[in-house]
Amino acid sequence: MKDPEPLLIENGHLVDPIQGMDRPARLLMSRGRVLAIDPSDDDLPDYFHRIDARGCIVAPGLVDLGTELREPGHEEDEAIESGGAAAVAGGYTSVLCSANTDPPIDTPAGVELVKRIAAACSGPRVHVIACASRGREGEQMAELGLLAEAGAIGFSDSPRPIHNSALLKRALDYCRMFDLPIFDRPVDPDLVEEGVVHDGQVALILGLKGLPTEAEDLAVARDVRLAEATGGRLHVGPVSTMGSVDLLRRVKQRGIEVTASVCPHNLWHSDEMLRSFDSRFKLHPPLRSERHIEALMLAVADGTIDAIQSGHMPRSREKKMNDFDQAPFGASTLETTLAVVATRMVRTGMMDWTSAIMRLSVKPAAIAGIDAGTLAVGATADCVIIDPNERWLIDSGQFLSQCHSSPHDGDEVFGRVIYTIVGGEVRFTRRPALEHLV
Amino acid sequence: MDVSTQSGPDTLVFPESWNRRHLLDLESLSADEINTLLDTAARLKIMTGGCRRKISLLSGRTLANLFFENSTRTRNSFSLAAKRLGADTVEFSSSGSSVSKGETFVDTAKTIQAMGVDWVVVRHSTPGTPHLLSRELECSVLNAGDGAHEHPTQGLLDMLTIREHRGRLDGLTVALVGDIAHSRTARSNMWGLRMLGAHVIVCGPATLVSPRWAELGFEVAHSLDEILPRCDVLNLLRIQFERLKARPFPSVHEYANRYAMNGRRMRRCKSDVLIMAPGPINRGVEITPEVADGPHSVILEQVTNGLAVRMAALWLLAGKNEESR
Repeated sequence: MKDPEPLLIENGHLVDPIQGMDRPARLLMSRGRVLAIDPSDDDLPDYFHRIDARGCIVAPGLVDLGTELREPGHEEDEAIESGGAAAVAGGYTSVLCSANTDPPIDTPAGVELVKRIAAACSGPRVHVIACASRGREGEQMAELGLLAEAGAIGFSDSPRPIHNSALLKRALDYCRMFDLPIFDRPVDPDLVEEGVVHDGQVALILGLKGLPTEAEDLAVARDVRLAEATGGRLHVGPVSTMGSVDLLRRVKQRGIEVTASVCPHNLWHSDEMLRSFDSRFKLHPPLRSERHIEALMLAVADGTIDAIQSGHMPRSREKKMNDFDQAPFGASTLETTLAVVATRMVRTGMMDWTSAIMRLSVKPAAIAGIDAGTLAVGATADCVIIDPNERWLIDSGQFLSQCHSSPHDGDEVFGRVIYTIVGGEVRFTRRPALEHLV
Repeated sequence: MDVSTQSGPDTLVFPESWNRRHLLDLESLSADEINTLLDTAARLKIMTGGCRRKISLLSGRTLANLFFENSTRTRNSFSLAAKRLGADTVEFSSSGSSVSKGETFVDTAKTIQAMGVDWVVVRHSTPGTPHLLSRELECSVLNAGDGAHEHPTQGLLDMLTIREHRGRLDGLTVALVGDIAHSRTARSNMWGLRMLGAHVIVCGPATLVSPRWAELGFEVAHSLDEILPRCDVLNLLRIQFERLKARPFPSVHEYANRYAMNGRRMRRCKSDVLIMAPGPINRGVEITPEVADGPHSVILEQVTNGLAVRMAALWLLAGKNEESR
């Protein structure tokens, strides 16, 4: 890739938690790196592009801990290119794509394929979470060492949990050699049977099969215990219950190093939405009741939950058009996550932008172990420019993602991505393309 | 509103207040709307000589039965109700149609609508399917059972049967006994009966009767023997073995021992208790033959009243321009 022209971002408000910065600043990028913060006019190069970020927040680009890009094998749902376009439109400069593909990514060739296709697209940086088990079947460990050599940055059987406790323990143990994390989606499948919605009053009234909260609570408890026993790196997520939150808060107080994430849809709508029987509300994890939403919001605010992940699970229209039991779980969320967090967490005063950037960029980068999450001098020039006050209506028809199913369609939100810059190059902008040219 | 008082013996006047196009559930109906349905059913039952004679209220109209689950009695009841009112019927079933060829059910329903039908009667194993269709189709949608959610015409026919015997629902104690968890009949009865002032008890094994029903204001009971003397009506729901993956009780023997209505339990009931069952009944599981065929049983009247409430629903949903001619 040719080096992009140097880029000067002016008049913006820099929010960079790692540097402790929350102040007006101008930022100069060159050759894919941050060259200077507040350079003097003398320090500017002869030729550069300029972005006027007046009224906007300039922050390290967002990092998504779990994105399904569906390619190879499920291109009817999403492709690496369309999912990547959606990601940069949502402010993401790095995504960790999961192995929910066909075939599942359980070989070095699979990892290389995804990385090669992604490199040819002008989207975000795409990192691969490979299968934890062969064929994602939950029996034998995949070739984790070879996958790591091929560039996998972690392992998961998502969207399935790693149900076999012995397998999870072995994988956590084995991965200590590579210092790579295991991502487990905490669910005890024996307790969910054919559940489709949160097991609460609404499910009871509607006659829909329930997903009980204890199915998640038990899995989180097991996961945490195995992480403690092995000393392996474990990330549990997305979590969705107050039981999970209580447990995580206690184990973190005891100093056990385990991280957790939540999906934005679990910070907003409750299972009351299901009364429409609309499959756009059939989500993983399910929409739960108000008391769980409150517990999750508090946990995000106080850091018990480290990160917010988009939970992007795109599914084609013809699949989502099915009846509620048959329609798959999932929605297109990359393009709405930032706005949902801004609306539900920042605008409500539950946390500030520094914390929001922590949850959406800094922590996910640290959990993934990737070089991202700061705009310090010398860091990779991955950056998002956000207008925190822009009010807009979510219209899933406008999504760049191939999947237009969204639980937030029609919701009024605040905060919008104006530019997404990857390696010093503008990969997404909502402004006319030439505006930033000098 | 009492339809029968508004008109002469052979006419029906369309109730001004009725403006629903679909019959999807009883939970969302008002007391007025439920009464309108019941009054219309009672009226149509008289006009058709006990649901036996044909009248031409709805000639030229077409009903499509769209059944994704097996059914004999409900399907035939809807067909016959339409025919009693002079309408035509057309049958689709999941095994014989393109549904088995991978077409989505919405496409199937739209195809049927394009043939010019006025009502689609849908039964499906997934809750909410009729609601989904009602948003996609122009014609009227009637729910003939959606998974464990609702079966509104079954609820209405149960209520009509009780009302015929008692003259009212207000103040009666009605127990729904059995597998409440998987029963759409239970849910429709619960909402409808409560809306008209009855006290509803849901009774069955703790694994099939959620304590959350109590949070919603229904009485939850696990011992049939304890509630028997208080009940005016016992509605004995079928154990739906086909819907049960893991057995929620140790054995049929144990279930029958605790919940089957038998002669011994009948003697502890009120002298005028009504015994109902939505059918098909598992003789010997939830009800013994002596009770099913005994003097308190109104099981066969329920079947006749099924025709009456389905005629009423079809006529009301067809709208105002279908007044009696």
